[in-house]
Amino acid sequence: MIANLPFIAVAVLIGIGFAMVLLKRNMIKMIMGLGILEAAVNLFLVSLGYREGGIAPIFTSAPEGVEMVMPTVQALTLTNIVIGVATTALMLSFVMLIYKKYGTVNANEMRRLKE
Amino acid sequence: MNADVLLANLPALLIAVPLFGAFLTPVIGRFLSSIRDAWVILASFVSSLVAILLAAQVYAKGTIVYVFGAAPGVGTIPADSGGIPIRILFTIDGFGALMLISAAIVSFAVILYLTLSQSKRSYRSEFYALYLLLTAGIFGMVSTGDMFNFFVFLEINSLAASALIAYHRNGGLAAEGALKYLIVNTVGALMILFAIGLLYAQYNSLNMAVIASQLTLTSLNILALVLFIAGLGTKAGAVPFHFATPDAYSVAPSGITALMIVASQAGLYGMFRILFSVYGHVFTSETVGWVVIILGVLSMFIGVTMAIPQKDIKRLLSYHAVSQTGYMLLGVGVALAVLGDIALTDAFGRMAMEGGLFHIINHAMYKGLLFLAVGAVIYRTGVWNLNEMGGLGHKMKWTMIFFLIGALAIAGIPPFNGFASKLMIYESTFAFNPAIAVIAMVVSILTLASFMKVFHSVFMGPQLPEYEKVREVPKRMLAGMAILAFFVVAFGLVPDLVVNTLVAPAADALLNQGQYIASVLGGGL
Repeated sequence: MIANLPFIAVAVLIGIGFAMVLLKRNMIKMIMGLGILEAAVNLFLVSLGYREGGIAPIFTSAPEGVEMVMPTVQALTLTNIVIGVATTALMLSFVMLIYKKYGTVNANEMRRLKE
Repeated sequence: MNADVLLANLPALLIAVPLFGAFLTPVIGRFLSSIRDAWVILASFVSSLVAILLAAQVYAKGTIVYVFGAAPGVGTIPADSGGIPIRILFTIDGFGALMLISAAIVSFAVILYLTLSQSKRSYRSEFYALYLLLTAGIFGMVSTGDMFNFFVFLEINSLAASALIAYHRNGGLAAEGALKYLIVNTVGALMILFAIGLLYAQYNSLNMAVIASQLTLTSLNILALVLFIAGLGTKAGAVPFHFATPDAYSVAPSGITALMIVASQAGLYGMFRILFSVYGHVFTSETVGWVVIILGVLSMFIGVTMAIPQKDIKRLLSYHAVSQTGYMLLGVGVALAVLGDIALTDAFGRMAMEGGLFHIINHAMYKGLLFLAVGAVIYRTGVWNLNEMGGLGHKMKWTMIFFLIGALAIAGIPPFNGFASKLMIYESTFAFNPAIAVIAMVVSILTLASFMKVFHSVFMGPQLPEYEKVREVPKRMLAGMAILAFFVVAFGLVPDLVVNTLVAPAADALLNQGQYIASVLGGGL
């Protein structure tokens, strides 16, 4: 049970993130929901690489017979964090442009593209 | 540095050339702004040339497996790695080569057009830099053999595309479209990353071929497959993930929309790669094939019915892009549904697949051409609304001809390329299930009706007084359209040749999953 705790947290966070993206009308909150979704995926990746009692994955100074945590998923997570920062920054600057034009960050009050 | 070294490292150059061009563009724009346009065209030309050379090598020699960071002579699986390919691999087979060719042609034709159509706008250096980044993202997506690498290129693709949509903004509309596009694509990309995590947890590898060789149909893998289809369907803009596509396509500069067609098809590439090369051998039922077919039929039908009432000319074309994506999904879905049955695959499955893949490259050409022609009209008139246009054929003869070629091709009229691929899809789906073929033909007729309306209201009729001063667009914009029109006509005139030389190897690459795995795990090189 306790070993599965991170995965339960992942499921809960994904639920919260999706709900925020789909239900919130405030665009800043939608982007925050995306941030939570991204954090959930990152947590999932990191907890995949966790090994009980594992040490840092540095081969040269590793004592004999000790397990290491997996470094690949940590590298993936780091990459995803960087991508997430770029995405969030770009989305927030779009919201800024929209706010300048329409004076609102509510998705319903924007002039609809469809007309 | 001789030619052999360059040829051997083409897959690395495929990414390096557009990236190098992109990062140098703002520098050149700052200090030598007079030659900036020439530099961008040169960078785009060289990267397209690299892509075409690479595709030619694939067609001549078979699948290319390129190991990044390895000395020459080191195979994909180093001796000390315990039988796992540990480096990042580029695996380019026939299907990847087909996508490379279509991306190369469109990206070069569009940059010729863009350097003039955006010439009155400000901050163009960064705009062209983003354009080259988008090209690099597309090239990367269609040639990588590594799951996580694929995700990174997907994000480069989405970020560059959404920045380009809103770059030369049209009030708040462009930001609105770009934000929608980016949010939807980010959710899709995170789903894909989650699915990659699920696969990595079980098989300890990110390499597609390694995962494919060990894959079984567990419930976790089915979940991963669902996430992959949803995420990549979002990127491809197929129904029911299509909400952002028309908004984003209709507000982007026209040249950018033409390239975004190819960018969205890279999502289709990913979906087919996952379905066939990774999951291919575990499907024993028709279920997944039917899912893809239903997505395709829905895309076709909803896309075209939404397109008909549109007044905004680019929005109309964008809905047609959704509709045409349905044809590709339909063709490949039929092949997927009969994948386990060799007799049926030989009877019509392979033909459906070839039709679907042929339609991918055809759609990139004619829809690119249509967007460029419509962009030329907007460039000269500044009007987007169909009802306000009219009589432009008197002044813009070449644009009218190019639009007509594109319109006839998308409606599936011989002898243009849309006819060739649609005919293959009709014939093969008719053998599979006649009802679906009938729907496909009805959609084609609706497409024809819709384009006749557009053509008539834009180019025909008496000359309107407000368009008295409209002139033909400059020659370089026409050259961009002419390149695409050439391929639309050429592919339509000799479809057998194109199918046999370009499309059949792509279909083989997808149908023959063992070959894909063996090309990587067999030591590569």
